[in-house]
Amino acid sequence: MEIIVLLKQVPATESFIGIANDGVSIKTEAIKWVINPYDEFAVEEALRIKEAQGGSVTIVSAGQERAAEAIRTALAMGADKGILIKDPVVDNCDALGIARILAAAIKDLQFDLIIAGQRAVDDDNFQVGTAVAEYLGIPNISLVIKEEIADGKIKCHRTVEGGTVVLEAPFPALFTTQRGLNEPRYASLPGIMKAKKKPLDIKSLSDIGIDASEIGEPKSKVLAMKLPPERKGGKIIKGDSSHSIAAELVNALHGEAKVI
Amino acid sequence: MSNGVIAITEQSDGVFRKVTYEALSEGKRLAENLGCNLTAVVLGSGIENISDKPGKYGADKIIVVDNQALSEYMTDAYTNVITDIIKKEDPSVLIIGASSQGKDLSARLSARLNAPLAMDCIALSVKNGNIIATRPMYGGKILADMALEGKPQIVAIRPNAMNIEESAGAGNIEKLDVEVGKIDLVFVEKKLDTGKVELTEADVVVSGGRGMGGPDFSVIEKLAELLNGAVGASRSAVDEGWRPPSDQVGQTGKVVSPNLYIACGISGAIQHLAGMSSSKVIVAINKDEEAPIFSKADFGIVGDLFEYIPIITEEIKKIKS
Ligand SMILES: Cc1cc2nc3c(=O)[nH]c(=O)nc-3n(C[C@H](O)[C@H](O)[C@H](O)COP(=O)(O)OP(=O)(O)OC[C@H]3O[C@@H](n4cnc5c(N)ncnc54)[C@H](O)[C@@H]3O)c2cc1C
Ligand SMILES: Nc1ncnc2c1ncn2[C@@H]1O[C@H](COP(=O)(O)O)[C@@H](O)[C@H]1O
Repeated sequence: MEIIVLLKQVPATESFIGIANDGVSIKTEAIKWVINPYDEFAVEEALRIKEAQGGSVTIVSAGQERAAEAIRTALAMGADKGILIKDPVVDNCDALGIARILAAAIKDLQFDLIIAGQRAVDDDNFQVGTAVAEYLGIPNISLVIKEEIADGKIKCHRTVEGGTVVLEAPFPALFTTQRGLNEPRYASLPGIMKAKKKPLDIKSLSDIGIDASEIGEPKSKVLAMKLPPERKGGKIIKGDSSHSIAAELVNALHGEAKVI
Repeated sequence: MSNGVIAITEQSDGVFRKVTYEALSEGKRLAENLGCNLTAVVLGSGIENISDKPGKYGADKIIVVDNQALSEYMTDAYTNVITDIIKKEDPSVLIIGASSQGKDLSARLSARLNAPLAMDCIALSVKNGNIIATRPMYGGKILADMALEGKPQIVAIRPNAMNIEESAGAGNIEKLDVEVGKIDLVFVEKKLDTGKVELTEADVVVSGGRGMGGPDFSVIEKLAELLNGAVGASRSAVDEGWRPPSDQVGQTGKVVSPNLYIACGISGAIQHLAGMSSSKVIVAINKDEEAPIFSKADFGIVGDLFEYIPIITEEIKKIKS
């Protein structure tokens, strides 16, 4: 099974996020960059499939130079090779633009299966994986917590409100990950040593045979970023007994806040 | 003059999702703002008896595709059919609920139609005939106003973020026969726990964290049930195996915006706050008065949840009776 994982480097979820002076992007100086948590599930699942079926795992990422570190981490977990598409055009793309670039990079590779995260926890777009599948003309199944491969098909358990739906797709196919799929492994020390020798190609748009004009201007643009309304700590309810405290809370929720 | 707003509805076994009413209501508000009509699209199989409902939420026209092949949501069939409808209707705006189905469908439609998409919007407005979509990014640490250039402008709205409002529309039903086109996906089965209130749609969420101390969540389950709410969990509670991953609230779980969120034995880590800080009223019950959750809560009780939750439940029962 030839597997491709779409991987994005994002700020660690505990990072402080501030708005940059331009008002439409975030300050990046103090950020710790990590693999998008949903893409970690994707790497892990790809490795498990490879371990069971044979084949190879290729990591594809579009981003800046520093994204190479995230790819290296995936190689240390056990992936075989990495491709980083680094081009000034990438930085200016919306989700559809990134998907076009990734699809262009992938179409010349051999693949049976593509695994992407359901969303990247920076822009939270929930879009790139599905759009890549569309551009490659292959089926996609999103929010997958379990997959089974048999008889040349993949069966995926997808989470929906209140339960799961099981769908089957022929290869090649793409699915996106959901929490519950697996517990990603850590890169081992020997893994880290081996990763240093694994191929990591850095490519420009022309290397993958796509022209900036084919991508065009972003169709969705950030006009302004703002911070959400700050929540202030409210009232700590105190009283003589747990009964009086509980009663005061319930009265407040019923009378004042009108939520019960 | 705008060519109209289309709202894509979502139904499961003949029942519309709550977010569908939110999409219709918000779609109507947009249509009024843009000076155009609202059209609802209803897809499924055996949906005759629900097809007229969007008319009560302002739909002027209701396009109904009743087809065996659409009985269950599948990305490819639904994308094919809706693409045909969009090509014919040529709307300016497409609005859809950002449920698990809506997210998948809107993403694929956006790529198919080469149309811009704003996912998981919490507010929409109109400026110079174009939509401005406000959506959270970075786990809600940032709100971004987005401009969408192209046609249609696709907006997927976060469940529980927009008001449901009834309004009379002409509700003219137009039945459509369409080809579902090339389909790769095969539906195998569906397992739904229909008795449960869906976390993302619930008006009340009661969540438990590591402070629950074990898998017995019965105290908060009772409270949730009394309030017709849903039970959520912190990642720690999920990692411990006390609750399924589908209950997790947070940056790598579900995002909820109920009227009331009650956090029990949850410290309030930034990743947890990412999933619930847009709740209207937050209550925290925690033994540790220094717990960060208190700085985000409207009401707090410092104490043992196992002592307080049963009393709170009793007090609420008194009010209800
Ligand atoms: C990449 C990443 C993603 C993450 N995503 C999420 C996510 O989506 N959702 C999420 O929740 N977390 C997430 N986390 C984890 C998060 O950082 C915290 O570790 C987690 O939220 C802590 O859960 P907790 O509050 O239940 O546990 P703790 O932090 O251990 O807090 C338990 C609290 O319970 C209180 N307590 C104990 N006993 C009682 C009692 N009897 N009565 C009252 N109070 C009591 C304690 O005082 C304490 O404050 C993520 C972390 C990372 C690194
Ligand atoms: N720049 C990128 N490079 C590689 N994969 C990406 C990139 N952006 C998004 N993806 C993939 O698409 C998924 C969804 O991202 P998004 O649509 O941005 O929320 C991510 O989890 C990744 O798997």
